[in-house]
Amino acid sequence: MEFYTFLRHLADSWGLLFMTLFFVGSCLWVLRPSSKALHAEAANSIFRDDSAPAEAKPSAGKEA
Amino acid sequence: MWDYLKLIVLGAIAVLAAIAANYARDLAFMLNAIEVMVVATIAFLWVLRGVGEPKRVNQGEYNDGLIRWGVFLTTFWGIVGFLVGVVIAAQLAWPWLNFEALQGVGNFGRLRPLHTSAVIFAFCGTALITSAFYVVQRTCAVRLWGGSALPNFVFWGWQLVILLAATSYVFGGSQGKEYAEPAWHIDILITVVWVGFLAIFAGTIMKRREPHIYVANWFYLAFIITIAMLHLVNNMAVPVSFFGSASVQVTSGVQDAMIQWWYGHNAVGFFLTAGFLGMMYYFVPKQAERPVYSYKLSIIHFWAIIFLYIWAGPHHLHYTALPEWASTLGMVFSIILWMPSWGGMINGLMTLSGAWDKLRTDPVIRMMVAAVAFYGMATFEGPMMSIKAVNSLSHYTDWTIGHVHSGALGWNGLITFGLLYYLTPRLWNRAGLYSLRLVNWHFWLATIGIVLYAASMWVTGIMEGLMWREVDANGFLVNAFADTVAAKYPMNVVRTLGGLMFLSGALIMAYNLWMTVKAQPAKAAVNANDLVPAA
Repeated sequence: MEFYTFLRHLADSWGLLFMTLFFVGSCLWVLRPSSKALHAEAANSIFRDDSAPAEAKPSAGKEA
Repeated sequence: MWDYLKLIVLGAIAVLAAIAANYARDLAFMLNAIEVMVVATIAFLWVLRGVGEPKRVNQGEYNDGLIRWGVFLTTFWGIVGFLVGVVIAAQLAWPWLNFEALQGVGNFGRLRPLHTSAVIFAFCGTALITSAFYVVQRTCAVRLWGGSALPNFVFWGWQLVILLAATSYVFGGSQGKEYAEPAWHIDILITVVWVGFLAIFAGTIMKRREPHIYVANWFYLAFIITIAMLHLVNNMAVPVSFFGSASVQVTSGVQDAMIQWWYGHNAVGFFLTAGFLGMMYYFVPKQAERPVYSYKLSIIHFWAIIFLYIWAGPHHLHYTALPEWASTLGMVFSIILWMPSWGGMINGLMTLSGAWDKLRTDPVIRMMVAAVAFYGMATFEGPMMSIKAVNSLSHYTDWTIGHVHSGALGWNGLITFGLLYYLTPRLWNRAGLYSLRLVNWHFWLATIGIVLYAASMWVTGIMEGLMWREVDANGFLVNAFADTVAAKYPMNVVRTLGGLMFLSGALIMAYNLWMTVKAQPAKAAVNANDLVPAA
């Protein structure tokens, strides 16, 4: 039961705190104002390279 | 060099499988061993015929050969799974359909896991692998990682898993865990195939030519990683013999039950939700020809689903030996889960804002939108049913079956149909679908079928729940179990009818897709002459 008790206490103290903060932090990170252009870029990225990989046409390919 | 190594390994597998078939302790294991032997022999001959020939890989093209097979097999498994579903629905309505001659092979108890696995792992699983291969290549703008051998192994390995599991169930090889029925030897094959799947997916993302990893890939990756974890933990078992299907679980009692439903609910959460949300975030914007409504919301949706879903499992074990706190935890997280689910649904639906007229003109986008709407309905119903007071009525009744089917037929089924309609003309380079009228027929048959199914199961489930808890003035139960079975007959017939309509819709789709490939004029070929030998 030692190990169980340890996990049980970790889960409802530091573990819970860590996960909550990570979740809240990632939401805030997403909502930062400067990300707007980046997200518009990403949302539209599905409309290129539809028929062939980027290597196939070096002029159109983007450098990662 | 590689070819010789492959030949040695395949030859060894075929010989070992033959030995295992000889020593087999049960019929299911023997049939599995024979199947492995045959498949290894076929693969051996296939490699043998290609020895010494230069392997040609067109680096200027996506690896779409397997995806074409995937479209074909997804359709095929869908029809098989729906057909078995209609058969077992009919067996529930008319028990004489459990024919005496087929007892132990074709009765409800043996066919039911065949149905659930055929639709979840064969139909949805093939759709997931196929669409993951398609989406990750397009959004990363590179060909699939792993050459041609690894994707081939993963794709055909998964088909072998389906074949082995199906024969094993029918001849009694189940380990008795819901949605995790495959015996230990099939579980090992699943693990190997899944590690390959993860390697291909992660490898493709790592060599991507796009700066950003598109959100659909996050959902796919979460699905692959979580399913690996769930599969390993829920299948901790020690085989009784190396030559038999039987195994003993490492955990027992309530621990085993909790692990099973932690697995079971997250199979829904990550196999049937996260993976399919990946599909939604790619194919709905593509078909609507508009970017997703809010990219920010899609990322928040992702993290919320990841953090919340994993805790919801205990709601399957209300009022059992499970501790009260665990049961309450499961209920609370299930209710919180409503929020991100609806966030995701709104994100999918609002992608059409400004283009709602497409709903009228494009039956494929209508199918996808209906799928997202069913996702919303199922994710509202689920949290409601996880509330203990509601669950005390709904649990063990057909309401649960209705809930699962409005999610599986409505959300997973319709979005997969949309995906197949989207992919077929593109993969075979056709100008368009053979007939939009037939897509319309499919849409209405499927939708009305689901409505009949879900509505009859609500009625019969609530009726059954109320009959079970009805007591007379002295506290005695009023109804015997058989009374509820008799009262359910009309609803069981309606359910069968709903399933039959859903199946006919799928048959119409199969015809339509077949004719698209056969009869539609081809568009101009691209990249026809730039085959280059592989490095």
